[in-house]
Amino acid sequence: MTVVERREIALVDLLDRLLAGGVVITGDITLRIADVDLVRIDLNALISSVNANVPSPFEESR
Amino acid sequence: MIGLRYVYAVCRPFSTPLQAQLSGVAGDPPRLLTHHGLVAVVSHVPEADFAEEPLRAHLEDLDWLTGVARAHQGVIDALTTVTTPLPLRLGTVFRDDSGVRTMIEAREESFRHTLDRLEGRVEWGVKVFLEDAPKPEAAAPAARPASGRDYLRQRRSQTKSQDELWQRAELFATQLHETLSRVAEDSRLHAPQNPALSGASGRNVLNAAYLVPRAGSEEFVEKVDQTKGELPGIRVELTGPWAAYSFAGDTAPESASDEERPNAKERS
Repeated sequence: MTVVERREIALVDLLDRLLAGGVVITGDITLRIADVDLVRIDLNALISSVNANVPSPFEESR
Repeated sequence: MIGLRYVYAVCRPFSTPLQAQLSGVAGDPPRLLTHHGLVAVVSHVPEADFAEEPLRAHLEDLDWLTGVARAHQGVIDALTTVTTPLPLRLGTVFRDDSGVRTMIEAREESFRHTLDRLEGRVEWGVKVFLEDAPKPEAAAPAARPASGRDYLRQRRSQTKSQDELWQRAELFATQLHETLSRVAEDSRLHAPQNPALSGASGRNVLNAAYLVPRAGSEEFVEKVDQTKGELPGIRVELTGPWAAYSFAGDTAPESASDEERPNAKERS
């Protein structure tokens, strides 16, 4: 077993934090919280369309 | 008014200037907007890309999203070297500076509270992977089952060893999480990562974030390092230090894995 410490930040780790973390603010034209959840779903759909052999765990919601 | 305002973070006023060559989202260097004793870190971004409709469309474009995410992180990273920023979620956009000021006023108390809680702390990410099962020994075909009973026995022992491996990985992850939670002030469990996006081998059994005082980071990293070689077939990955993205919310974050992991304790 190895502990790998990477200096280069993996996109997936970044998205865990930027799309699921951070303060959520509904401003005058910010995306609403529900829409941010959709981002994650869309992202999964997007990824599965790129990798057709990996089915999306989510249903298309719109 | 031309341009919208993309807000990366809110912080307390700081005296060290941000690095000059920092280019933010859409290439606009971040500016500091001070209001009510708090600083919003802001870029001017084009309406054609960041108004609600185009933004929604762009977010489905992985390349575009990657660019914005990297730029956002670049600014947060730079802020982390001079202060403890409170990061906002990606894609927080306001019409103009006055919209940003109104937002600061509305959430002033909550910002101060959270900034106090996060002051001097960083986030570390720890992931545990169960490596893909090694292919059966090359010699295995030689041991062709001589009978139906042998075949079943072989199948049973293969399934059993898979189950055992999985259980050991779960146990390892739970114990590691408990150990690290004791060293950390707070923890969050993120959903396991999609291997299609991470490109990582093996199955992600733990994807956690820990809030650790800067001064305690060395001890924390050491604790993670100590797991080296504890269990074959298990890989532990450490990322960080991050700004406290996973601890910036006022409420407990949605975290699919919380429910699947009744043993995991979350301190509040």
